[in-house]
Amino acid sequence: MATVDAPITLATGADELAPPLTFRQMAWRRFRRHRMAMAGAVILILLFVYAFGGGLIFTAERANFTDTSARLQGPSAAHPFGTDTVGRDVLARTIQGGRISLMIGLMAAVLEIVIGVVVGAVAGYYGGIVDSLLMRLTEAMLIIPSLFLLIVAARLVGGSVTWIIIIFALTSWMYVARIVRAEFLSLKENEFILAARSIGTPTSQIIFRHILPNSMAPIVVSATLAVATAILSEAYISFLGMGVQPPTATWGNMLDGSYNYIESAPWLWIFPGLLILLTVLSINFVGDGLRDALDPRSRNV
Amino acid sequence: MTASSSRPTAAPRPLLLDIRNLQVRFHTPEGTVYAVNDISYKVHEGEVIAVVGESGCGKSVSMMAVLGLIPRPPGEIAGGEALFMGRDLLRLPEDDMQSIRGGDIAMVFQDPMTSLNPVLSVRRQMTESLRRHANMSPEQARDRAIELLELVGIPDAARRLGDYPHQFSGGMRQRVMIAMMLACNPSLLIADEPTTALDVTIQAQIVELVTRMREKLGMALIWITHDLGVVAGLAERVIVMYAGMIVEEADVDSLFDQPRHPYTLALLGALPRIDRRRDSRLNSIPGAPPNLLVEPRGCPFAPRCEYVIDHCRVERPPLMAVSPTQWSACWVMAGGEGNYELGIRN
Repeated sequence: MATVDAPITLATGADELAPPLTFRQMAWRRFRRHRMAMAGAVILILLFVYAFGGGLIFTAERANFTDTSARLQGPSAAHPFGTDTVGRDVLARTIQGGRISLMIGLMAAVLEIVIGVVVGAVAGYYGGIVDSLLMRLTEAMLIIPSLFLLIVAARLVGGSVTWIIIIFALTSWMYVARIVRAEFLSLKENEFILAARSIGTPTSQIIFRHILPNSMAPIVVSATLAVATAILSEAYISFLGMGVQPPTATWGNMLDGSYNYIESAPWLWIFPGLLILLTVLSINFVGDGLRDALDPRSRNV
Repeated sequence: MTASSSRPTAAPRPLLLDIRNLQVRFHTPEGTVYAVNDISYKVHEGEVIAVVGESGCGKSVSMMAVLGLIPRPPGEIAGGEALFMGRDLLRLPEDDMQSIRGGDIAMVFQDPMTSLNPVLSVRRQMTESLRRHANMSPEQARDRAIELLELVGIPDAARRLGDYPHQFSGGMRQRVMIAMMLACNPSLLIADEPTTALDVTIQAQIVELVTRMREKLGMALIWITHDLGVVAGLAERVIVMYAGMIVEEADVDSLFDQPRHPYTLALLGALPRIDRRRDSRLNSIPGAPPNLLVEPRGCPFAPRCEYVIDHCRVERPPLMAVSPTQWSACWVMAGGEGNYELGIRN
């Protein structure tokens, strides 16, 4: 437990002082010490390499190549993850599907965070009527069961990836907005905000440069969790046949196709299911580690 | 402490800030708080004014009102004007206020531990106002920031610039704050109890620093405090506030030699003295400040005053001149015939 009140002197007899650690360096140190988070981060990187690097070898063409003479074959040298109902290579499909699933997760999370932060920041900073209106809107969105909303919306706009990303963002920004609002409500009362105003800082700068960086930790944590949630949601609605439409593969719609073969051809669901599990689990661990690492108030190095 | 002889003689200096009949109220669920009631005073260029009074007497609120930093609602400027270089700050649009705050008028706050943003480096916070008000390039702003940090006595300024607030001690942070506020050569610096959160030796250093900076840069200074010891060493003129009103205004020597308001007298009496017996109790003023939820009637100090007369409870005393440099709002100590001839304010 060393607090960094003074720069650390090098013990090696060097005359110069060691440069003090920046916030980023300190956060990185704390993150590195979080074992599960580090493991999660490594697995996540491997999954990205798997999906995006593997996609260079196992192209979309190969993933969609049907060979009806080789239907429902178990794992073998030619098809390490087996083949599906129309003889497509499951390995190639998990790779191509991973690209889509991960992209949906990331993009939906980014969009969701943007909407949530703007709504939450405006509501929290201005307060009063603006806050009441925005929060009632948020609550109205929250009380609609989100799976139901997702299915109806997906049905309306069809199974394009772009629309699915937009729908996910529109149905899940409320949680972020609430967190950000709560952060802003308390942070705006700080004396440093008054000090910033007293040197003539405009409102937009106060919101985005002074308050937002202070609420970064919960935002980053909800962003990581949002990626996980979006990947899961994609799996839900694809399983129900409302998500991204075949032949484009996603981990979710691969599960859908395997429903009738749970016992007879378990490789159909084991591999995409395992990938979803690994992704969501490691994202959650990373989120956990980030929460500890990014808290500017925890000064353990 | 600076000797009183080093202060500039009271030659007529141009008027900088003219506060007239300022009234601030807060509308709370419990009712309306009458925070500042009809205060008027003038600040001349290069002048050092101390505003003293106990907590909640409206010292800070009146200054924040002048800078447009009162949240509205629940705050309300119920009346008055604050003329700064001929412009009424109370009615200036927010955009114009933003160029005045941190430019012409700067304010240092009480607690240096909380008035710097913990997640931004000192460099980012310092260069912010330089780039905005002085239109400097990032490099110019950086050089100026280093210069300012050196000026306020931060050793190894160039290297400390990239540090974060938690890497500075309390006194250092207050120095950084002062450097930030001096960045654009303000003509008026408002210091809102800048030493209360610091320990005594550091307090003296900060007082000394501000005095030195003021002499160097020639700005006017309003020092809000409840520490009369600081006032004696620093101020030319003192304004004593009580319950949102000015009860006495005087040059510093008159105030300490011949206080003309019972509240000032009581404050001075409550000051611990080094020549008093060690086992004697510290004097205190009996009672508590009035509830500002009630619209004031009569003299607000009457319930705690030793000299109270019936008239005090009926009519609020205006600020009456007792000498050309001293004004008091007391029927007993300043209410004589001669004083009326000298003048009444408010």
